[in-house]
Amino acid sequence: MKTTPLHSRHIAAGAVMAPFAGYDMPISYRGIEEEHRAVRSATGMFDVSHMGEVHITGPQAQAYVNHIFSGDVAPLAPGQVVYGMMLNERGGVVDDLLVYKRSAEDFFLVINASNIDKDVAWMQAHTDGFQAMVDDCSERWAELAIQGPGAEDVMLDVLGIDCRDMTFYTFRDIILPSGASAIVSRTGYTGEDGFELYAPADDIAAAWDTLASAGVEPCGLGCRDTLRFEAGLPLYGDELTDDITPLEAGLGMFAKTAAKPSFIGRDALVAQKEAGVPRKVVGLEIDGPAIARHGYAVLDMDGNAVGEVTTGYRSITMGRSLAMALVPAGLAAEGTRLQVQVRRKVFPATVVKKRFYTPKYKK
Amino acid sequence: MSNIYYLPTHEYARVEGNVAYIGISAYAAAQLGNVVYVDMPETGDDVEAGEDFGAIESVKAASDLFAPVSGAVVEINEELIDNPRLVNEDPEAHWIIKVEMSDPSQLDTLLSPEAYAAHCEAEKH
Repeated sequence: MKTTPLHSRHIAAGAVMAPFAGYDMPISYRGIEEEHRAVRSATGMFDVSHMGEVHITGPQAQAYVNHIFSGDVAPLAPGQVVYGMMLNERGGVVDDLLVYKRSAEDFFLVINASNIDKDVAWMQAHTDGFQAMVDDCSERWAELAIQGPGAEDVMLDVLGIDCRDMTFYTFRDIILPSGASAIVSRTGYTGEDGFELYAPADDIAAAWDTLASAGVEPCGLGCRDTLRFEAGLPLYGDELTDDITPLEAGLGMFAKTAAKPSFIGRDALVAQKEAGVPRKVVGLEIDGPAIARHGYAVLDMDGNAVGEVTTGYRSITMGRSLAMALVPAGLAAEGTRLQVQVRRKVFPATVVKKRFYTPKYKK
Repeated sequence: MSNIYYLPTHEYARVEGNVAYIGISAYAAAQLGNVVYVDMPETGDDVEAGEDFGAIESVKAASDLFAPVSGAVVEINEELIDNPRLVNEDPEAHWIIKVEMSDPSQLDTLLSPEAYAAHCEAEKH
């Protein structure tokens, strides 16, 4: 199994570890609930060095990225970040990713750890006709996420990185005291303000130690998932797969079918929009304490299986049993009554907005 | 003579007369972390030795609960409905269901406290 540069620190800290995307990753240190609350109320730090990074360069890098990506990178100024997806020809999602634009010839893509091999093969298979180079640099970059309302102060006071003038979804290239090049962006996956720092392994390890000495809460993948879930953010493998389109996932705003005349998967999305989107990812609030987990059946009021839960938790912030689920479009309107099968029992549920927690981003 | 018996899946049966109080071990509770929901059967339901009768859930995941003995559920621990975390505080005091045993000889197939402790020790490695 692969490990991140911080692995020995996680073990020494007594973290609960588990395999994720081929890496032995920390799930929690002090406890998922405690870590979740630290990020909502103060600051937490996450080792996300398992994430993949791909460098796209060349005279036609911009045209190439726009060919494989659902978003439109042409209007972005250098230093901007955009979220979107790579789609297959059927409009299904190969992966969701962040695109960092340095210039029209230089892009930095951040992809899911579970999809690195698939994504890089996909990218390389679609370079024909473009003067663009695809460089998988996942092994050269480690990554730390510093998230929470206190993140801006922590970046400045603890790490000496002044991010006060950075707006949400922007980045800059910085030189660390070691002389190493690094990237810092105002991005994250928690529904809070925060930053992501990409640097070589030794520098990420040094930053982790400095933050730990300053009392910043180490957080594992356990609360990373409960935090993103509350904010209605999708996880590849749950709300997004090769067979779910961005329209079905409720992420149509990240697929620029109007602004861009062509990109891989565009025709399928246009056709799906014309024919009507058959199913949608919705939020569900379950009556009672039962927890609807990934894969549990969603039933209509007559008891027919009509859909499936994609993620579900007892929300740590709201204290209610909430879920995201893929259901037929005809049953996706807010207020629709459905049921969820939890082992032997069936619990009523109501369709609600899937953004359960209003994100507190610094715009 | 001890009156508590264990399954390798970490459920205990504490026996008083013909009644078994069924819950999870302190070791299992510590492994689970904070308990957020206990899915219990209803009074009057039958449980079958070795079969699942409910589930106990942490933030992250649901774990099935297996019955150490067969019998009829005569009571569920209603305190756990509103306060599932009691299981973390003292799992052997906060039993989950109370079962009228239909075949007390099934106890002979369960682990003694000593054998269960050895089983947990082996599981750690």
